[in-house]
Amino acid sequence: MKIFNNENTFNIIFFLILFVSIYLINFFIGSAIFERTITNLFIYIILVVGLQVFMGNSGILSFAHIGFMSIGAYSSGLLSMPIKMKGFVLRDLYPIFENVALDPILSIFIGGIFTAIIAAILTLPLMRLNDAAAVISSFALLMVIHSIVVGWSAVTNGPRTFFGLTKATTVEIALIFSFLTVIFALVYKNSKFGLLLRASRDNDIAAESIGANIVYLRWFAIIASAFLAGIAGGLWGHFITSFSPKSFYLKETFLVISMIIIGGSFTVTGAIAGALLVTIGYEFLRWIEKVIKFSDTITFEFIGLTEIVLSITIIIFLITKPKGLFPFKEIGYIIKKIFKNN
Amino acid sequence: MFLQYVVDVLSLGSLYALFALGLVLVYGILKLVNFAYGELVLVIGYSIFLLKGSPFPWFFMAGTAIVMSILFSIFTDYVAFRPVREKSVTAVLITSFAFATLLQNAALLFISAKPKNVPMPSFLSDSVQFLGVITPVRNLISIFVTFFCLIVFYQFMKRSTLGLAMRAAATNFNMTRMLGIPANLVITSAFAMSGLLAGIAGTLWMSKIANVFPGVGLEPLLVAFIATVIGGMRSVHGAVLGGFILAFVDMSFNYLLPQDILKFRDVFTFSIVILILLIRPQGLIKGPATGIRA
Repeated sequence: MKIFNNENTFNIIFFLILFVSIYLINFFIGSAIFERTITNLFIYIILVVGLQVFMGNSGILSFAHIGFMSIGAYSSGLLSMPIKMKGFVLRDLYPIFENVALDPILSIFIGGIFTAIIAAILTLPLMRLNDAAAVISSFALLMVIHSIVVGWSAVTNGPRTFFGLTKATTVEIALIFSFLTVIFALVYKNSKFGLLLRASRDNDIAAESIGANIVYLRWFAIIASAFLAGIAGGLWGHFITSFSPKSFYLKETFLVISMIIIGGSFTVTGAIAGALLVTIGYEFLRWIEKVIKFSDTITFEFIGLTEIVLSITIIIFLITKPKGLFPFKEIGYIIKKIFKNN
Repeated sequence: MFLQYVVDVLSLGSLYALFALGLVLVYGILKLVNFAYGELVLVIGYSIFLLKGSPFPWFFMAGTAIVMSILFSIFTDYVAFRPVREKSVTAVLITSFAFATLLQNAALLFISAKPKNVPMPSFLSDSVQFLGVITPVRNLISIFVTFFCLIVFYQFMKRSTLGLAMRAAATNFNMTRMLGIPANLVITSAFAMSGLLAGIAGTLWMSKIANVFPGVGLEPLLVAFIATVIGGMRSVHGAVLGGFILAFVDMSFNYLLPQDILKFRDVFTFSIVILILLIRPQGLIKGPATGIRA
């Protein structure tokens, strides 16, 4: 079978089957709460795989990803919000936007492109930094984006809730977008650019000596990564329909980073596995929190358990399995190997 | 008016400088940012809060809180740094970030999400007036305590064997180990010292804000972070200078800018951080020459 020789095709088929089966399980269960979780999961897959495009291939931890997500969420929301809601939510909105109400999906797409443009402008000079300086600058970038979102009340409603979006993101739309993201990430990883960037991750001097322009390789990766984060933000915004700057800050950054660390940042499989496992774990712990809360065994408010378990898990993972569950090989290779051994 | 401004800058700057100094101590040796550093202020605040009902005098409570801060700082080393130190930079940054999240949520789960009042002796908020300056006593105490700490700290680093070992480790860690200085001892004492400085600064910080909540550590962390980047991430003098510069910038903005521009202050300060990382990554004052991470 020829298809099995091409590892990437096999990966893509595997994820298609995985996504469709998740969708079918959801379809047969038919519960609204489950569908909500699944839609969230698909959006998180876009976000984490998007982060993998930059972080996995360049080896640089980026804190700014959630900041890019917020740009996508706010800009697409601003474009798609119904005109009558605009006067209600954003009282000081600039006149140009007052009569704009685009189709939500189109807005999400424009939001993604806008995020990519912003990222392209902001990050080019940062791409030559390494190690701690690179991480600190991305952290500072998250802070800058967050402060602008909080401060620019005319378009974001300031620290207050941004609401009134149309609920446009369905589980099908989230599935299609996340599948396209996965294809992009896999193709990119094995393209010339992806290979060169991975070479620079493993040994920057050797990679430069064979002609890799590390700054531009990283730049391209972070623009793509920001585009995906923007799309994820737009989808999330049109799914949850109301959010505030707090939704895009350290807590969410921590969640996304924990997903990519647990799964393994070097592989797309790892990113997806991380999103899947953390979502399952998160929902399970939330359920426990709820059970404890309503069982009347304790009198105080029971919150924070989820984050505590998550942070302990991350520390244990980084000590015992620092490269995550899927450190180097994609799922296609692993399955092929199992078949070969039989 | 001018003198008032100077006192304000000095009192805020002395706090910032202490915070920055504690962060730079660990960074100097390990070349790693301790994201759990701000949580030491959380530890201070909740320690004093939990001792509130006790019959002990306030100074005893504050002293216990500072001891707790030192212990937690050492604990951070054991949990978040030591096990992953030999691995990648990313790993340590994430473990310290995870440890910070852990402490915050433990406070959320076991204490409360609501701000809790931290008792402070009343004389700290009394106002004094001299040469036309009106300022709370705590501001003057901050300035004196900080200058005292700085003098002790500099003398310690200059004259004691441990101080010498720490300076050597910050310059060339591998060489220091080869010369027979136990690495873990140096690192643990750096964390202990970092905890002590954060403890003193945190107590002064608490006297300013007077309440504690799970997210209390973020602002001191960011302050220390910005100050060290501005002043120089490798140099203790740089950290102190950076603290005063940051206080000067913050205070000038507070005096000069109208309210609707003031809310963008963080945008400006963090843009400075990015610019400094790009243009002068060593900060204003260059530390000992070596870039190799141990």
